[in-house]
Amino acid sequence: MKRPDQEEKVTADTFLRGLWEENPVFVMLLGMCPVLAVTNSAINALAMGLATTFVLLFSSSLVSLLRKLIPKQVRIATYIVIIATFVTIVDYSIQAISLDLYNALGAFIQLIVVNCIILGRAEAYASKQRLGATVVNSLGMGVGFTIALLCLGSVREILGAGSLFGFPLFAENFQPWVVMILPPGGFFVLGGWLLLFNGYRQYRERKLMEQQGATASGS
Amino acid sequence: MNQPGAAQTQELVTATPSFAMLRTLSLVAGLSGFLVVLAYQITLPMIEENKRIAIERALFKVIPGAVSRRDFMVTAQGIVPADDSTGEGTLIYAGYDEQGRLSGVALEAAAQGYQDVIRILYSFDPACQCIRGIQVLKMAETPGIGDKISKDPQFQENFVELDARLSADGSTLANDIHMVKHGTKTKPWQIDAISGATISSRAVARMLNDSAQQMVPKIVADLDQLQDADRGTE
Repeated sequence: MKRPDQEEKVTADTFLRGLWEENPVFVMLLGMCPVLAVTNSAINALAMGLATTFVLLFSSSLVSLLRKLIPKQVRIATYIVIIATFVTIVDYSIQAISLDLYNALGAFIQLIVVNCIILGRAEAYASKQRLGATVVNSLGMGVGFTIALLCLGSVREILGAGSLFGFPLFAENFQPWVVMILPPGGFFVLGGWLLLFNGYRQYRERKLMEQQGATASGS
Repeated sequence: MNQPGAAQTQELVTATPSFAMLRTLSLVAGLSGFLVVLAYQITLPMIEENKRIAIERALFKVIPGAVSRRDFMVTAQGIVPADDSTGEGTLIYAGYDEQGRLSGVALEAAAQGYQDVIRILYSFDPACQCIRGIQVLKMAETPGIGDKISKDPQFQENFVELDARLSADGSTLANDIHMVKHGTKTKPWQIDAISGATISSRAVARMLNDSAQQMVPKIVADLDQLQDADRGTE
């Protein structure tokens, strides 16, 4: 994993890193609290992902813009104030869009304030990089987080309620696994996805090693 | 030769932060305050509208045939329209049909469920002195088990005509509303529990009984206040 300390050029990798190489959920295992708690249906997962992406994008941009003005001693306090501002805006917006959705997400909207993905991005990336790179990078992280939440949310909803985004998928006689939309289901499904992700990663690494070994012995 | 350099370094270390910290923190706090107030002002009317729609949707579901509503306050002095009331009281909603006749009164009730407090809206029909429908407003019951109280059709049938007659002196209900085991309902004031969700079912029975024992005598005593829908809101 690269940890750029100098200002970097915006490349496709700046965006894609958040989706795969440094995916906040499947690789960095950050923000597990909302990941496990609100992914009991695909629509909740999507809403949570989008809300987090919005906060991530705007707070990182502001941190990046103000990065030369923020003294080291008060940086965490400043980041928290900036993040809390955008979380409050999201909180009001979701109430204005749909009260049902707001009730379903519960306290987790307010808890985005202490989501370590956002604080981590502000500290490790936005405070050192130019606005352009920050926007692209945090958008990538946000999309990666949203995709990860959707992976969990849709599997849990399909197995636990027999539907996807509220549309029933199976015939009447499907007996849903209620456990999947209960808290234990979150751990089961997350474990399953991590297994899949890391299995594939190891498989690719082994392939790469074999290839290198083949070229080494061939020469 | 070394002295001035060291002094300068020290000055840099101590002097920069306090001004910079103040400047940055006040700038960020001011900006944050502005953005939050802006968001609040823009979304407030939409949020209020959403809340009104949510209450109305639940209201017209629990009161069969209602098309308009008026809010009242039940106070120690009797029932007064909610707009005129200043004192403490319980908010109730009267629903009227197309001819402007009172078709039911909706009340809120709450009790501790399995996980958290369950809040429901239920309607009392003065014509039959019975409870005519319940709608769960807020709950955190176990999905697939306790949350059946909001959708299980058999459980909902309990509230098509749940007896809430007053006793002879009109101070309490003639019969306590209570829960019985699934499939053993014999009297019209009993609630047939959902099998497997006894705690949630009992919570519904308890909150209905507590609320009805208290409120129904007051509503029946002051029914005239509720009758006309002329000043009703659309």
